[in-house]
Amino acid sequence: MIPAALTDLPLWPPTNLGRDPLVPLDPGERDRFDAPVTKVRLPTDATAWLVTRHADVRQLLRHPGFSADLSRPGFPLLRALPPGALSDRRGGFIRMDGMEHSRLRRMLTAEFMLKSIRRIEPLIRQTVDRTLDDLRDAGPPADLVATFALPLPSMVICHLLGVPYADHDFFQLRSRTLLDRDAAPELVREHVAQLRDYLHRLVEAKCAAGDRADDLLSRLARDRVDTGELAVDELVGMAMLLLIAGHETTANMIGLSTLLLLRDVPGRYAALRDDPDQADTLVEELLRYLSIVRTGLPRLALEDVEIGGQLIRAGEGAIAVLSTANRDPVVFDGPDEFDPYRQAHQHVAFGFGVHQCIGQPLARAELRIALVELARRFPDLRLAAPTGQLPTRDNSIVFGLDALPVTW
Amino acid sequence: MTGRVRVDRDRCCGAGNCVLTAPEVFDQGDDGLVLLRFTAPPPQTLEGVRRAADLCPAGAITVD
Ligand code: SF4
Repeated sequence: MIPAALTDLPLWPPTNLGRDPLVPLDPGERDRFDAPVTKVRLPTDATAWLVTRHADVRQLLRHPGFSADLSRPGFPLLRALPPGALSDRRGGFIRMDGMEHSRLRRMLTAEFMLKSIRRIEPLIRQTVDRTLDDLRDAGPPADLVATFALPLPSMVICHLLGVPYADHDFFQLRSRTLLDRDAAPELVREHVAQLRDYLHRLVEAKCAAGDRADDLLSRLARDRVDTGELAVDELVGMAMLLLIAGHETTANMIGLSTLLLLRDVPGRYAALRDDPDQADTLVEELLRYLSIVRTGLPRLALEDVEIGGQLIRAGEGAIAVLSTANRDPVVFDGPDEFDPYRQAHQHVAFGFGVHQCIGQPLARAELRIALVELARRFPDLRLAAPTGQLPTRDNSIVFGLDALPVTW
Repeated sequence: MTGRVRVDRDRCCGAGNCVLTAPEVFDQGDDGLVLLRFTAPPPQTLEGVRRAADLCPAGAITVD
């Protein structure tokens, strides 16, 4: 039985299959959740403070008094942890704090910095070309998600890490389970174990090969595992994190961005082709407006901290809602308007604080090149299904479209 | 305000927002962590520097 006091609290995150995919919260949901700080009930029957304003979200995510470590008692979980989930979390630095986190993250900062990503832009371009050929061959009509939006980031991250793309069905299915809030805990456990096994074999092979292979996992095997700085299990955990993060996020951004560019405002899509120099600004506005991590980022207070006028006590959970922060009228004029010319760089779509997405230069480059090339090669692209019927991923930690039928 | 900029490499998490925002002033080293090209950046770059300090997720940039 859920105690009565708990059932009075609104349930976060809201599930609403009728919602427009471009709208993070519809008006009714806004009424329930739009206060600066609201106490909510989570699907696990835990409670947490929902923090929704831009300044408060930044304060929360940068504050050292909040932990990202979900193994701590009282951590505000959106779904129950699968049995045994805490026993092997090595390498998963997204869920670590302080030095433990920065030790592992720093092994990757050079790999994802702007200069390194600029060097691989030709590879991104080739991959975009190749996946656009596949889109052309598949239709018209074709599903843009299956032929372009998902394979592109998937191929790029596989290439970067040195994971064979031929195995993509295997890890795409499993990374989807890991992000699915409704997946049964046993299935999550099984899929985590299978992914870990797979990556373990791959990493061991790279360590044993001792060759000069020039991919991220081989470099870490050579420079960090061989020197004793990094354990094989830690490298496996890091590989898993990067593989999953590289798959779904950019894919969902490409799918939703294409929907937004084709719908509502005529000429918006054509403008991308005619004025590609504006693409950087457009990408920032897409990131702000679409905010695909809509369930927010959970944290646990380790000390009493006041956020947005609310005292959050040590041991209580807080959730930073990126999508509402990105539509905070204090920071963005007319926040519900999509304005491709606004300077949207203050958005928090990549999070904030020391856990801010390490792959953001890669994500930005992929999005920019993908959208500009799509508009250039498919000038007559249009939606081939009523947008009210698009299958959305409402149960995923990363929101997106499961399919986007298009024609040309 | 003197426009003196400092970076704290111990706090930097290498997300590179500063390099994107004010490339004339910030760079990333071989380790991916922030490097400062000038301690007293030219006045015309100051707005970008202030924006970079605001956008730095780790609070690693200060402008006096
Ligand atoms: S924005 Fe801050 S954290 Fe990111 S690289 Fe620059 S100084 Fe480091």
